[in-house]
Parts: sequence; C-alpha cells; structure tokens
Amino acid sequence: MEIIVCIKRVPETADADIVIDKTGRDIEREGLVFDINEWDNYAVEEAILLKEKYGGSVTVISLGPEEANETLRKALAMGAYKAIRLTDPAFQDSDGYAIARILSRAIGPLPYDLILTGVQTEDDGYGQVGPTLAEILQIPHASIVNKIEAIENGRARVHRELEGGLDEVVDLELPAVLTIQSGINEPRYVSIMGIRRVAKIEIKVLDLHELSMKPDEAGEPGSMTVVERVFFPPTGEGAQILEGTADEIADKVISILKEKGGVA
Amino acid sequence: MGNIIVLVEHRRGEIRDITFEMLMKGKKLSESTGRPLNAILFGNNVGGMAEQLRSRAKRVVLIEDQKLENFNSETYQQALRNVIEGEKPFLLLIGHTAFGMDLAPSLAALLNAPLATDCIDVMVEDNRIKAIRQPYGGKVNVEVCLKPAEQSMVTVRPASFSVEEYSLDGEIIRVSSPVTGESASKRFVEYVEAAAGELDITQAPILVSVGRGIKGPENIPVVQELADSLGAVLSCSRPVVDKKWLPKDRQVGTSGKTVKPKVYIAIGISGAFQHAAGMKGSGTIIAINRDSKAPIFNIAQYGIVGDLFKIVPALKGKIKEAFG
Repeated sequence: MEIIVCIKRVPETADADIVIDKTGRDIEREGLVFDINEWDNYAVEEAILLKEKYGGSVTVISLGPEEANETLRKALAMGAYKAIRLTDPAFQDSDGYAIARILSRAIGPLPYDLILTGVQTEDDGYGQVGPTLAEILQIPHASIVNKIEAIENGRARVHRELEGGLDEVVDLELPAVLTIQSGINEPRYVSIMGIRRVAKIEIKVLDLHELSMKPDEAGEPGSMTVVERVFFPPTGEGAQILEGTADEIADKVISILKEKGGVA
Repeated sequence: MGNIIVLVEHRRGEIRDITFEMLMKGKKLSESTGRPLNAILFGNNVGGMAEQLRSRAKRVVLIEDQKLENFNSETYQQALRNVIEGEKPFLLLIGHTAFGMDLAPSLAALLNAPLATDCIDVMVEDNRIKAIRQPYGGKVNVEVCLKPAEQSMVTVRPASFSVEEYSLDGEIIRVSSPVTGESASKRFVEYVEAAAGELDITQAPILVSVGRGIKGPENIPVVQELADSLGAVLSCSRPVVDKKWLPKDRQVGTSGKTVKPKVYIAIGISGAFQHAAGMKGSGTIIAINRDSKAPIFNIAQYGIVGDLFKIVPALKGKIKEAFG
C-alpha cells in the first residue's frame, strides 16, 4: 500500500509570547521554536503503522522553506521512505485552498492508495486542506479520523470523531484522503541518532515551474481568502490576577475556595 | 439578489445548537444587507424540525429522502449542489463542527466558492464578505476578506453567537430530492458511543483540571494530591488524554464532557475554544498559567500567572493546613 502524508513545520505558540509583525498581517516568527504540526505527527505514525501491517511505503510531503527539511527528516527517521519538499516564492501567503491545490499537483502524478493529513494545523488552523485536496483529486475523504478499523478489498473502514464522545463509522473506497485526529496512536520517539541515520536521504525539491503551475494559481492570487490584519483578541474584563509569593497566592486561593466553593 | 443561507445541522433527531447560532447571525446579516434569510434542511422524516425552524428563518427549504437520513458528505454535497443552483446563495453558513468540517471544504472546491473556515464573526461591507478567524490556538484574531464571488461560504465556530428571542413567520418549501443514488465511494455505517468510563466528572462539585502545561505523566501525582486535599476530582484537557497521561473519561471539552462544577481550577490549560466550550458554565474558574495572554484568563474570574510547579505545591501545603 502506497501512503502519502502531508506535513507542516509550525511555530510552537502555546507557551510563547506572540508579537504582531511590522506588516500587521502576520505574527513575528523570529525567536519561536518550530516543530512538526502535532496532528501531522500522529498522521505520520498512523501511516507507518499501516505500512507495518499491510506493507508498501510511506512518502512525506511538505510545503515550506529549507527549514522544513528538519520536519521531513523527522518523518523519515520515524519510518517514511521518501520525502518531497514544495517551495517557491510564489507559494507565500497561500490560504487553505491554494495549499491544497499545490499539494494536489505534487501528489497527482504519484502512485497512492491513501493520503493522510492532520485534521488541522496549530498555526492557521484551517481544517480544510485534506478534504479540499480530496475534491481536487476527485477521490473520497473522511475527516477527523480517530481510528482506522480495517483496510480490505480496496476499501477503508474508519471512525470519525463527532462531538461529545460519539464516533461515526464510515466506509470509503480507496484511494482516499483521511484527516487524522490527535490521540489516534502514540507517535514513536525520534532520537538524534535516528535523525542522523536519515541525514543522507535525498529530499526531492519541486518549485512552481516543476509542478506545471502558473503564478496566479498559488499564493495570494491563487487563494480564496486574503488576510487583512492580525490583532489581539479583545480581552473583555478578564480574570482578576492574584499576585504575590506562591504562599501569598495560595492564601488568596483558599479564601476564594471558602467563599465560592463551599469548602469548609 | 443572492440569499443568506444557513445549512441546518442535526443529529439523531435533534437540531444542534450551532444551527440556531448561525440563524441568529444570519438574521442580523439579513437585516443589514436586505438579503433574505433561508434555512436548508436535509433529512428523513424531519418535518417537525422544519416546523421548529419556521420562526427562525424566512424560508425553510426542506428536502426529505431516505438517503439523507444519516449525514454523508458526498450525498449532502450532491444535494446541496442542486439546491444551490436554484437558491444562488450570496453567503452559505455551515457549522465548523465534525459535520461541517467534513462537508464545507470539498463543497467549496466543487463550487469554486471562496471559503473561510472556523470563523468567530462574519461581516458584509459593501457586498464584500469579511470574517474573523482565531488561529494560533486563539492567541490572535485575524480578519480575512473573501474573494469577490457570486457565492461564498463561511464555517462558523460553535458558541460564537448568543441566541436571542425572535419570531419570524417563515414558510416551509418542500423540494423534491435531487439525490439520485446511494454514494458507492463513501457509506455511513453506524454510530458508536464511547465506552462509559468508570468516573463521572460531571457530578463533581470541584474539579482540578490539568493541561499540556503539566509536561509529563510523572507530574500527574502532584495535581492528584491537590485534588485529594480539596475533596475534588481530577479532570483534564484534550492533550493530556491524547498523550495517554489520563484516561478519556477525565476529558473536559467539545469532544469530552461538559461540566459545571462550583469551582473549576485550570492548571496549565491554555483555554482553546474546544476546552472552554466544556467548562465555561462553571461557577468560579481559577486559572494557573505561565502565559499572561493565554485565552483561559478571558473566561476565568481569577488568574495566577506563574509556574504551576511552584504554585501547586504551595497551594497543596496551605490547603492541608487550612482544611487538614
């Protein structure tokens, strides 16, 4: 079984101080730590588990600058066989639709039975690239997949995660796109030695021209949405911040608990 | 002039809240633009739902078909494509839910319609559609402008709009089903309920809840002890379950449980909307987080900005003294 996984290198912002850049249309990336998008990490692991079970090989694709090689190498170290990086100045500012179109041009000529993506990315959070890619490639899709039950007779039976702990089981004809939900597996740990072992594997790089695309099919001209401005969410009243030493704060929390929590 | 259309979301016989939230926004947009507000309802034996929606939209377009009984993005897409040719929506609103996330992107690609996903607000200015999104886990807002087009689509994040009372005298328009056959490439099989856990966190009067900030399973005992000292139950956010540090029955949020304890202590939880949706009804929310800009501080009444590994032990010690 041939599996393609689309992955992205993203800034880790959960614990970081975010600054809006000079253009006012993006955040400042300088100083942020980057890693593979969390959902994509689960997608790579799932692809490798499927390869181990059903045979075949895993190819990882990423759209991004040279630094995205790190992310691709991490996936190679996890067990992917081939890596492809798509890069071109014309790809800058692509929205979810344009990203899906660029990916479709790279994937179109390749052999595949299954294409996996993460449900969404930690940065843009569109949650649309996988199903859009499926529509462009004219193949079925299932989003928010939290379990792949079986793959047999050219079909896949998968669970989609709905709200409130309910799953929906769907049966798809292959090839298909699945967007993978976090928690579906336990992604394997990649050591520095593991990354070193794959350091010599060549990463194929393709640009706009090599993908037979025109400049107006990517970037802002090829997008359906354009970012006008980035701003901090209005905070409203916000929380009353308790200050002091750890002990002083603890005392304040205890009086709140006594007052509000009915704790004697 | 194109309509504003809301795609009704329902599951197992009930209209989902997101539908009323989108209709509320749709009504406001309808008033400001003079465009009619329509709801589209697909299903099987859902006439009762159409009646229920009549007061919330000018027209309820109803298509009933056994093949539309359960959601299948391919069947819905086929039906919507047909209806849209007649309805010519200026703006189609769909929920950014498990339902909408499976349907909207591929439908937009099929129709060549601009789509903005996971939006917390939608505006129409001079016939241009703009939307507010919240990327980076809710740390910033982004205003996006959709490319001018005959028809556009926006998916709406649940709980973005509060629903007010209003009553329209809408009409129900029955349309014959355009669905020709069962989709062979994608089939709905069944619903599967999550196995009931041992623990029911929804009954706890006090919840001590941990998130990604706890860093590793080796740190869980510290917060468990804090919970024990308070007679509270330990719960958590999604990343903690994804990493298998705590079982699924402890998860608070959209894909876990909705809780309303008297006191909710959020430790190392950033407060992404999926989590907030499951706990913002709590009586008093106290949040401990390193990042003063974490969204959790917008819903908490009390905040502590600092290192949880210093604050939690101090708090545990003092609580033992106070309530020992």
